[in-house]
Amino acid sequence: MRIALHNIHKYYRDVHANDGIHLEIAEGSIHGILGENGAGKSTLMKILAGYVRKSEGTIALNDLPVEYGGPSKATSLGIGMLYQDPLDFPSLTVLENFMVERCRGFFAEEALHRRQLLELAKALGFQLNPNGRVRELTVGERQQLELLRLLALGVEVLILDEPTTGISSIQRRILFAALKKLSQQKKTILLVSHKLKDVETLCDRVTVLRSGRVAGEMDHPFDTNRLLNWMFGSMPAQPPSSQVEPGSPVLIMEGVSGSGGRAGVQACSLSVRKGEVVALAGLAGSGQETFLRLAAGLKQPREGTIRIGDQVMTGKDHHAFKARGVSFIPTARLEEGLIPGLTITEHFALRQQRGIKILWKAAQRMAKERIKRFRILGRPSSKPESLSGGNQQRLLLALIPEDPLILLLENPTRGLDMESIRWVWDHLMSYVTRGTGIIFSSMELEEIIQVADRVVVFFDGAMVKDVRVCDTDLHALGQAMAGRV
Amino acid sequence: MIIGVVGLSTLILLLAKAPPMAAFQHLVMGSVGSWLKISQVLTGWIPLTLCACGLVFSFRVGLWNIGVEGQVVAGAITATAILRLGVDGAMPGTILVIAFLGGMLGGGLWATLTGFLKVKGGVNEIFGGLGLNFVAQGITLWLIFGPWKRPGVASMSGTELFPPSLWLPSLQALRLSPAGLALTCTVLVGAAWLMSRTRLGLALKGIGNNPRAAYLHGLKPNRYIIIAMGLAGGCAGLAGTFQVVGVYHRLIPAISSNYGYLALLVVMLANYRIWATPAIAFFFVCLNVGSIQLPMMLQLDSSLSGIIQGSLVLGALLLYGWRRRRQGE
Repeated sequence: MRIALHNIHKYYRDVHANDGIHLEIAEGSIHGILGENGAGKSTLMKILAGYVRKSEGTIALNDLPVEYGGPSKATSLGIGMLYQDPLDFPSLTVLENFMVERCRGFFAEEALHRRQLLELAKALGFQLNPNGRVRELTVGERQQLELLRLLALGVEVLILDEPTTGISSIQRRILFAALKKLSQQKKTILLVSHKLKDVETLCDRVTVLRSGRVAGEMDHPFDTNRLLNWMFGSMPAQPPSSQVEPGSPVLIMEGVSGSGGRAGVQACSLSVRKGEVVALAGLAGSGQETFLRLAAGLKQPREGTIRIGDQVMTGKDHHAFKARGVSFIPTARLEEGLIPGLTITEHFALRQQRGIKILWKAAQRMAKERIKRFRILGRPSSKPESLSGGNQQRLLLALIPEDPLILLLENPTRGLDMESIRWVWDHLMSYVTRGTGIIFSSMELEEIIQVADRVVVFFDGAMVKDVRVCDTDLHALGQAMAGRV
Repeated sequence: MIIGVVGLSTLILLLAKAPPMAAFQHLVMGSVGSWLKISQVLTGWIPLTLCACGLVFSFRVGLWNIGVEGQVVAGAITATAILRLGVDGAMPGTILVIAFLGGMLGGGLWATLTGFLKVKGGVNEIFGGLGLNFVAQGITLWLIFGPWKRPGVASMSGTELFPPSLWLPSLQALRLSPAGLALTCTVLVGAAWLMSRTRLGLALKGIGNNPRAAYLHGLKPNRYIIIAMGLAGGCAGLAGTFQVVGVYHRLIPAISSNYGYLALLVVMLANYRIWATPAIAFFFVCLNVGSIQLPMMLQLDSSLSGIIQGSLVLGALLLYGWRRRRQGE
């Protein structure tokens, strides 16, 4: 199917997310949409998928203008979108998920659907057990299921939003092969990403968005420097790596086990020294999330001991850890880190520990000073839900106490553009030079190799590898993440 | 806002086949038409506003304190118990003060029961509060027909009347209590101050908006849930005490006059802002008091005021909901 978007505008209150976008996509092509966070790519794709209503503009499919009010109308016109978090029912089985939108008659006709599911999966090289529960699947497998479901609904245009986030390199290879095959079958594929590598290996043509407008378009083969220029205006520098010699241990975990996530963690031991940057690698749900929460006192270990300096902390709550200098920054910034509805000033006022009255003037002063120092695009009266992801992360960093002993970060650069990533690491490294020990989890191996001193790989709840970064490489880490040590 | 209120009320009156202008006139004259009427309205305004002040605390921390009704009753029972002990004593003024303190404590403790059920037992505060409402109501009936029954014959009309020395002093002609008004205004200002100027108020707001993040910022949500419930119950207990010492001068089965439930509507219509509550509470009591005239004058049922109140709140909630959705887009 041929798609033409003409002069698309989208306003969110005071934000002009799409500012007159023209886009044409040829039938059977794999078309990449590149752009940093907030460039308007997700909005544009959600408009095409019927999930968001456009403010202005026209959409034409095979030269016929169409209007639609919702995602199901878009699906019936042949447009389907694979969201970053697959829209499925975790407690149902794979087959039930596959059937849920397709059963129109009174009888479920399970056998028929099972056959179709297996045929489609086989054609694309996916291996899915129809009777497995979706909540036990990896993100990559859920994505495969969602893809099959959309294809079975007769979708001709597939939109994929950051499909390679959180999946293994093997799953990525399978996905890309499947997409190539689909494009040969004249399906039109739109790939939204901020990873150049994905776009370069897969796409025939790419459109770069910047501040809600089309910054440029290019056919394969791509000129990377020009793409980066379109995305950011100027080439972002690489994040810095730590240059500090680590000192005495600040956090020691011995034989710690705990439950949480899919795998929990089993018998993990780790010692982090002053000024050391330790990365936790692994596929999502392999135990690194639980490990960070155990180290922060947010979860209690089933067995093992946790020490901060020479103080045994096992069994104490997060506030006791916090008092000893441990700061934790969650990856769900708006859900767990910040408080929607409270202004930036109020966030700083919450940190005042003494007295009955709030010293509003002091809080206001602090908010102003931190907004300036952390270069947050916002005012003291701004609320976090109105900030972009990068600015939310800056605010979270601005809220932690000066010079923490240990900083625990859950996917600190998730969803940030390269400028923000660089700023975040610049800032974190300034802590490291003053002796803070950092443990962070990340889905991006390149980032880990770039900034960490040491990397610990989790697989199925266990630490399968603990090496200095200079003694390993991408390939070895990738294998460890897939369980081959 | 005001146009919406008048418009919706007119619509309801038209649906009830009532001449709107005449009905409004009777409502206004019947509620603020004379000093006596105004003082009658204010006597209802006092407990309603007290309950609403308390509810602002529990709403702020994110709780649906349906149990406010039982907290009013618990405050009334405690106050009655104290007055019974002080019937023969000297210094009735002191006893009245103790009754208010006791009523506040009784309502507050009753509310913290709901709070503990929630934080320790995982019982949703709506179910816990509703259950305790029935318990409080049951205890009232048991007391009226059992231990505290009138000499001779127990009756639905309540316990024996207290001697006038234990009545809250009121202006003779108007039967309006200046002390009650002063207390309500103090609670109102105090609650607003707590909410906007203190760490407590900010902590409640933070926890109400995102308990998980508030915990990471060093607050203990469970502790503040108990505190907010205690404050809410304390205000409701004051309302219950006022019903005993300032209105009925005894314990009756319907001692709360449903002001707890009505206060939930007041606070929702106020969109949880404390400074809007006294005006809305005043308006609601005007409707209640004014509608007493409707059956006599226009052959309308006085329950029309309840329909108007309920519709207004639903209308307002709908409006807030639409506004939120538009902002969310």
